[in-house]
Amino acid sequence: MPATKLSKAAQDNASRVFDLDVSSLRELNQALHNLTPGSNETAWEVLNPKGNHSVAVGVDQPVSIDVRGSVGYYCGGMNSGGAITVHGSAGPGVGENMMSGSITVKGDASQYAGATGKGGLLVIEGNASSRCGISMKGIDIVVHGNIGHMSAFMAQSGNLVVLGDAGDALGDSIYEARLFVRGEVGSLGADCIAKEMRPEHLELLQGLLDRAGVTGVKPSEFKRYGSARTLYNFNIDNADAY
Amino acid sequence: MCGIVGLFLKDKALEPKLGAMLSEMLVSLSDRGPDSAGIAIYGAAAGNEAKITIQSPKPERDFRGLDTELAKALGAPVSIAVKSTHAVIRTTPDKLDAAREALQSLRPDIRIMGAGEAVEIYKEVGLPEAVVDRFDVRKMTGTHGIGHTRMATESAVTTMGAHPFSTGADQCLVHNGSLSNHNNVRRELIREGMKFETENDTEVAAAYLSSQMAHGKNLGEALEGTLSDLDGFFTFVVGTKNGFGVVRDPIACKPAVMAETDQYVAFGSEYRALTKLPGIDNARVWEPEPATVYFWEH
Repeated sequence: MPATKLSKAAQDNASRVFDLDVSSLRELNQALHNLTPGSNETAWEVLNPKGNHSVAVGVDQPVSIDVRGSVGYYCGGMNSGGAITVHGSAGPGVGENMMSGSITVKGDASQYAGATGKGGLLVIEGNASSRCGISMKGIDIVVHGNIGHMSAFMAQSGNLVVLGDAGDALGDSIYEARLFVRGEVGSLGADCIAKEMRPEHLELLQGLLDRAGVTGVKPSEFKRYGSARTLYNFNIDNADAY
Repeated sequence: MCGIVGLFLKDKALEPKLGAMLSEMLVSLSDRGPDSAGIAIYGAAAGNEAKITIQSPKPERDFRGLDTELAKALGAPVSIAVKSTHAVIRTTPDKLDAAREALQSLRPDIRIMGAGEAVEIYKEVGLPEAVVDRFDVRKMTGTHGIGHTRMATESAVTTMGAHPFSTGADQCLVHNGSLSNHNNVRRELIREGMKFETENDTEVAAAYLSSQMAHGKNLGEALEGTLSDLDGFFTFVVGTKNGFGVVRDPIACKPAVMAETDQYVAFGSEYRALTKLPGIDNARVWEPEPATVYFWEH
């Protein structure tokens, strides 16, 4: 479809409700991308997502988007300022490379939720799967349930808060991200260790729990994990291995 | 990438719709693999007949008169139902092995897609929509079935390289992923007497399971063995005469979603594949855990 025609269709449809049984995904995302600063179209609702990929990807205005149902890959990817709520579960890569704003998933999230996220808040009210927060670079992630294996792999900065359990190899090759887990950890990955919970961490965690709307849970119930920093420099004793 | 689906019915009332439901699921994943598609449908085993699904590059030449010639060779009744490039041969169960041998000598160019009491397998190069239309899969009834749409990585885009792969009576398998030790495992299985049709990694996984079950393991135990004996990426969905199983490798990077209600157990590479199933909004939906075997039997 030519771009001019598309934007006309998108404009005609610029009411706040998008039914993906009627409109195309491309029309929805184009309408979101056409928003300009100060637009009055601040509340959006998406019906019948039915596992579609890339719902509300690339939002760059502070609008709220309620997605009524479950989505497929990459929902809310690259979000910059939007407040996206998925009233269902999310497929792989929800909030991938988020810059700012927030994404809340009412159900479960599949693998690599919040991967490479640079900012903003991702809340998963159910469980998240493997590789949650892989290579996170400043995003805050709060998971009410459990997370799967290899989560926070090579996580660089930001905070990952897990109210349930974490799977195997948590925080493998981690840099400076902070991991807070309330339940059991299957195993820690290379160079990831348990760390002391100091007052500033309790305060930080309380702030994260507040922002994520978590009540009835105390920061003192969590353990903190982070980098032992032994992989930061090459150890000459390992030269023979290469 | 590849897309895989599976559907195991608990509610007999859905059996007439199995082909239609499974077709819908597979077509919804078309963009996960445009190279070829295939589907295996398990009809209720009557106990008094064996079925062999065959395929020919020249169906008009190979299928004409085949029932009469095969009946004569076996000394038993034979019927043939032709569907495009495939045909289903029916005979008595005691003649299954003899029929396989006779088919190869009567029609050297045909390929056997699968055989058993319940399974029929249809697979061809092309998109899922074209494949299910060509074989009229939507009209098929049955108790359970699996399907695959392929983005080829490990071997050529041919009919024989399409999934499902069947290497034992009423057994078949679809695979999303790629195996790295398939050449070694294939050599070991050949030494055991297994026969291979392709260079494909998935055929090795199917043959591995057939071999394990031939040694007395049940489907669950055989699937457990893949975790230690097969190396690589895999999400497998497997069908047997009365069972349906799922296993993912420990890394579990190949996607998988399952749904269960009182009426069915369903598998899809993505949730998209499940959205049109009855009662999906109230189904228990979950991702199968890595390195964990799931199976259901009638």
